[in-house]
Amino acid sequence: MEKKDYKNVFVFAEQREGVIQSVAFELLGKARDLADDLGQKVVALLLGSGIKDQAQTLIEFGADEVIVVDTPELKDYLSEQYSQAVYQIIDDRKPNIVLYGATTIGRDMAPRLASRLKAGLTADCTKLEVKPNKEEELELHSTRPAFGGNLMATIVCPNTRPQMSTVRPGVMQKMQRQPGRQGVVTEFTPIFDTSKFKVKLVETIKADKQMADISEAKILVSGGRGVHNREGFDKLQALADVLGGQVASSRAMVDNGVMPHECQVGQTGKTVRPNLYVACGISGAIQHLAGMEESDFIIAINKDKFAPIFSVADLGIVGDLHKIVPMLTERLRKEMEQ
Amino acid sequence: MNIIVCIKQVPDTTEIKIDPVKGTLIREGVPSIMNPDDKGGLELALQMKDKVGANVTVISMGPPQADVMLREALAMGADRAILLSDRKFAGADTLATSYALSGLCRVLDYDLIIAGRQAIDGDTAQVGPELAEHLNLPQITYVTDAKLLDNGNLLVHKENEDSVQVLEVEGKCLLTVLASAFEPRYMSVSGIVEAYDREVEVWSADKIDVDEGKLGLAGSPTKVFQSFPKAMKAPGEVHEVSEEEAVELIVSKLKEKHII
Repeated sequence: MEKKDYKNVFVFAEQREGVIQSVAFELLGKARDLADDLGQKVVALLLGSGIKDQAQTLIEFGADEVIVVDTPELKDYLSEQYSQAVYQIIDDRKPNIVLYGATTIGRDMAPRLASRLKAGLTADCTKLEVKPNKEEELELHSTRPAFGGNLMATIVCPNTRPQMSTVRPGVMQKMQRQPGRQGVVTEFTPIFDTSKFKVKLVETIKADKQMADISEAKILVSGGRGVHNREGFDKLQALADVLGGQVASSRAMVDNGVMPHECQVGQTGKTVRPNLYVACGISGAIQHLAGMEESDFIIAINKDKFAPIFSVADLGIVGDLHKIVPMLTERLRKEMEQ
Repeated sequence: MNIIVCIKQVPDTTEIKIDPVKGTLIREGVPSIMNPDDKGGLELALQMKDKVGANVTVISMGPPQADVMLREALAMGADRAILLSDRKFAGADTLATSYALSGLCRVLDYDLIIAGRQAIDGDTAQVGPELAEHLNLPQITYVTDAKLLDNGNLLVHKENEDSVQVLEVEGKCLLTVLASAFEPRYMSVSGIVEAYDREVEVWSADKIDVDEGKLGLAGSPTKVFQSFPKAMKAPGEVHEVSEEEAVELIVSKLKEKHII
């Protein structure tokens, strides 16, 4: 089979407990652009148990076809079960490109599949585009940060198909939902080799779900080492409350136990792009900047005027956050009352 | 029990700076370290050795300089160290790297393979799962806890974004672990002294079970098309003013941007 016989852009539409994850819609938005450039179709893969009726949602967010595998074996994500099912679909349909969310599911399954398919995989991409090579064939250019975000690298797969990439949640834009958009739903029945199911789920312990997902927030007030402690974060929380936003954290304050990992922004935390990001007492290590520099408007408050955070801030204030944040909160509260 | 731990020597990326004029990485003077997640993996192996007894072999692929990192692993308590080093491995992407490591694992006796979740220079998290697939082993990634049960199975905690899965795995498997869950021990003084007398075995490609045509650049489906420093955003305004003025500046900007 030749390279040009591999067709269409596949998106693994990740769901958890029957809820399709935001990253799936974001990937569909990007897949739509790529497929249009290639003159090919967008195909979403929806795997799970009791999820069949959600296929139409994926069509309304850009899929031309949804391949559904609805079976009890896939109720919870397990590496081998899911890898077998997705491998059989890819082997049957020969896609040109396959995209996955760079989540604990996508980053577990995609490399497993890459190894089974002997295909190229690029992790944590921030940019995807198709460009012609010397033979005028369109190929996928996947751009990603490397060396802790110090360098960007564009990766291609010149000789193998499919071309696969994972993309972090919050990086791509979902398209406007088109209610009633038409598409095809195809059911697929994998043949499982259950002798390879060696991992058994004993139980799932849910994380404390009081914390809303920071990657969904429109406004984030984020704190670093300069916030010092829990009491400092209370000041940030008060500001976030007035603005209708949420509190986030740098890695330093997660590592020292002041803030939970779920609210960490950066290379080893989450990527965020809110409308407003207020960085308080964050010096701006490159790993942190990698997770927030795409925010629409960035305000930084820091005592050190040489702090690297000021290089990405739209508005930088050299000063003491412990004084400025409460004053600002009070001022905004008055503003809102008027 | 025989445990293989995969470790990699990486530049300490928190120390890397960009040349502001040329826009290239300044690697001079950047220390090389044992990748933090891999060090966490070694710690897990050593904890299992302490509890139930195990033979811990650390393996790595890389240039001869990785010798010093392998000696650090010996000084921490590893029993054997093997460095895969050969020109034939040069230019390997994650698939070719995991393939070479699988060829080494196949000629060793093991019950468990532990790797770090990801290396801080590439951040791909791909070598672990790809290695598991080459060896036809079950995998559990993002591991924060693992203990041996009486029936010989492993009980493992896997940390997801929104939950922790408790998983039981039967037979040989591969785990990738998070550094944050396994605080590495220090090298012991006697360990350091001994580590310099012990052998770090250096193996070439002909000692492992691989098809040499699938090594290095030839066995790598991905190629780096180009690399470039990240585009710098135009700097915004920075003010050094009184707190009152700062508050007014912020409020007027928020209004201008229609955030309030």
